[in-house]
Amino acid sequence: MTTARAAAILLSKELRLEFRTRELLTTTIVFALIVIVLFSFAFNPTAEESRRYGPGLLWIAFLFAGSLMVNPSFAREQSNSTLDALRMAPISSFAILLGKMLANFIFLALSECILVPAFSVFYNVSLSGIVSRLILVLLLGTLGLVVTGTVFSAISAHARMRELLLPLLLLPILAPLLIAAVEATASLLTEQPALDRTWVSFLAGFDIVFLTASWLLCDYLIEE
Amino acid sequence: MAASTTSASPLGISFDCVEKRFGSLVALRGISLKIQPGEFVALLGPNGAGKTTLLRIAARLVNPTSGQIHLTSGISATDAKHLIDMVGHSTLLYDELTATENLTLFAELYGLDDVLARVASALEACGLSSRAGSLVRTFSRGMRQRLSIARALLRGPRLLLLDEPAAGLDREGLVWFGATLARLRDDGCTVLMSTHARNESLDLASRAVSLVAGRIERDTGPGGDPRPLLATLRAEA
Repeated sequence: MTTARAAAILLSKELRLEFRTRELLTTTIVFALIVIVLFSFAFNPTAEESRRYGPGLLWIAFLFAGSLMVNPSFAREQSNSTLDALRMAPISSFAILLGKMLANFIFLALSECILVPAFSVFYNVSLSGIVSRLILVLLLGTLGLVVTGTVFSAISAHARMRELLLPLLLLPILAPLLIAAVEATASLLTEQPALDRTWVSFLAGFDIVFLTASWLLCDYLIEE
Repeated sequence: MAASTTSASPLGISFDCVEKRFGSLVALRGISLKIQPGEFVALLGPNGAGKTTLLRIAARLVNPTSGQIHLTSGISATDAKHLIDMVGHSTLLYDELTATENLTLFAELYGLDDVLARVASALEACGLSSRAGSLVRTFSRGMRQRLSIARALLRGPRLLLLDEPAAGLDREGLVWFGATLARLRDDGCTVLMSTHARNESLDLASRAVSLVAGRIERDTGPGGDPRPLLATLRAEA
């Protein structure tokens, strides 16, 4: 069986499990919305301040949402040792990882579909004219976040303090991605919006490096 | 392709000086054991003897600290994944999926054809047809165990590893399980089953191996009569 086919089967399973309970999506979206709203109330930013600090606040909300979202990826395979069953199946370890990455990408992208309009409203930032370029930045940033997050979720799954361990491992690694995503987003929120190709290229490079590393190391990541 | 050509052949497994450590704890100490294709081996021993670790190493879920395992006929690790399955302490099932969804998921991952018919047949065989659309989390322990066994049998493994498989099964479940094991044995499937001495399905065993503190204490050997050892252990239990 090809890796793509196995990943598609596992993606379907992940979506079915999540949309049956909606636990992860609901809690993550509500949490990230609270972060955006609280920042808005705490700083009460002007339009100029929103353009300056908004991208950072937005990506911090995504980062929190992402780290909450990827945490159960492998942890919920622990309860009935279902990861053992997946590992005994004649599929590649990367298919297991890829299925979870795709599911996390879809969940975080869905969250962003709600968080970005909320950000626009609460921070009085107009997104008209930059939507397609913003989507490109969001896609690249989100991909990097979920690829790295899923990998570290696999690493921390067997740890006793995994809920604490995952952010401790993940956030420092994601710092370069956060900087690039904030800068690329900020370049779109200026009065003369322009896509900063340097930071977008950095985001694409980050995604490629971590995706390749996860492919190369998947057997070690998945094994007990 | 290689897997399909070998899928009907019995599969043996040998452990060569296998040792497993978890930190300072030594779970297995130099286990050397050759299991012939088609053998039904009862793996016995007290709690903590290393039975589960040995089975997990055989299933390639855990790597030994030292020593090697080999499959007969020079089957590669990739092909072995088509031929080996395990029923463990945990059910290896998703609680938030239905019985049908669980079996369908694994049938698809195993690359089986005619998935719907196979799943329906497996559910019928384990007596869960009437609960096919129920979430597994609503099942009793015994029903989960039946479904877990049905999952492991979906692809017709040639080496079946069973770790306390009868746990939670009621009288009817034990009868079904015994009949299923007898059919597997007759079909030439190699079975390595860890269990306690009171399990009636032990009568099907053609060989008994007892482990104590990570070492093989007694082995009736291939072709030997396991009944005296089983009777001794039953008397001790």
